[in-house]
Amino acid sequence: MREIIIIGSGPAGFTAAIYAARAGLKPLLLASSVEAGGELMNTTEVENFPGFPEGIQGPELMMKLQEQAEKFGTEVILDDVTSVHLEGDVKTVETGYSGTFEARSVIFATGSAYRKLGLHDEERLSGRGVSWCATCDGFFFKTKTIAVVGGGDSAMEEATFLTRFAEKVYVVHRKDSLRASKIMQERAFGNDKIEFVWNSEVVGISGENAVEALNLRDTVTGELSELPVQGLFVAIGNDPRVHLVHGQLDLTADGTIAVQGRSSKTNLSGVFAAGDVIDPHYRQAVTAAASGTVAALDAEEFLAALDQAEAELHADDLVPAK
Amino acid sequence: MSNAKAVSDASFDADVLKSDKTILVDFWAEWCGPCRAVAPILDQIAAEHSDKIEIVKLNVDDNPQTAMKYQITSIPALKVYKGGEVVKTIIGAKPKAALEADLAAFI
Repeated sequence: MREIIIIGSGPAGFTAAIYAARAGLKPLLLASSVEAGGELMNTTEVENFPGFPEGIQGPELMMKLQEQAEKFGTEVILDDVTSVHLEGDVKTVETGYSGTFEARSVIFATGSAYRKLGLHDEERLSGRGVSWCATCDGFFFKTKTIAVVGGGDSAMEEATFLTRFAEKVYVVHRKDSLRASKIMQERAFGNDKIEFVWNSEVVGISGENAVEALNLRDTVTGELSELPVQGLFVAIGNDPRVHLVHGQLDLTADGTIAVQGRSSKTNLSGVFAAGDVIDPHYRQAVTAAASGTVAALDAEEFLAALDQAEAELHADDLVPAK
Repeated sequence: MSNAKAVSDASFDADVLKSDKTILVDFWAEWCGPCRAVAPILDQIAAEHSDKIEIVKLNVDDNPQTAMKYQITSIPALKVYKGGEVVKTIIGAKPKAALEADLAAFI
């Protein structure tokens, strides 16, 4: 049986692994098969991770985190977790192709998944102009007119990035102000190719075989309009990835895994959670990394207490019966 | 990157469209993270089902004509060709089990 299994390979998972490995716990990190490295794998320049004044590419940062985790003895497996059993002293984690693993403790760092608009047209036109990955697909929209939906940092980053290719980028947002950080807003406002479409909600996407236009509804007046575009990038946020723990771990009203106070402790002993999967609000690479640290330290303390209790039990055994 | 044979704008007709085999073309690019992630999975599927399907890759950066002809706007895009026609399209990187389910009719 292992001491600790970490599920997830974003900044939270790898940082937890670095700490757990340095504590000599030889963590196993299950990284997923196609999403290893997490959300940062699909970003370009990361400018706000401390220690990189020149910025660093998202995938490069994740490679470095993995390297650092492995350097201290983390075992990384590129496979998907299919189910978990978290109650009791022995936690079991089943994977797609690598078998079942047992551990005394588990850290969930499963992050979050792109939120969809929830429109039928979105599925139908996925790969036909609808995309969730600007870095993957921007290339195909050279000299085209496209739209980004969303008002946060990732929407601003995508819109700004996409102006490298597109002729014109509309940013469609439900409100009349942005949630994005000041620097990202200013960059978008200062870009000649970006035009904002405020107070607008996407209610449909037109086009038989390819995206031709967005059907918009004004969120104030209710008025309907059409915005001709050839591509749509959806950046309206993320939902915590909790499907593995439904019915086992308590969740918050936001849908994140519930933890006690500032700790990473879930409702089950020996089960910890870190990163975006517990954070509906901050969701930064740095806060996820910090959260991974908390989880590793909590797990380390939990395992030390278990060892102590077992040692005392054995010590009792050694006392001869009177 | 995947070990699959690379096809090009120039060879697409002979290698894919005129082939008498079922061919899966992996439309990919260097700068696409999910493309890199799915490549080893495609290698596994190719090795396990070599009697049923041949998997080749097309770099969209170097071969814009074919990418445009098949209206690629999202990668990785996996297209299955049979007798010169596209019979299946899969968009995005998926775990092996999900890809095998999508390709069940061909493997």
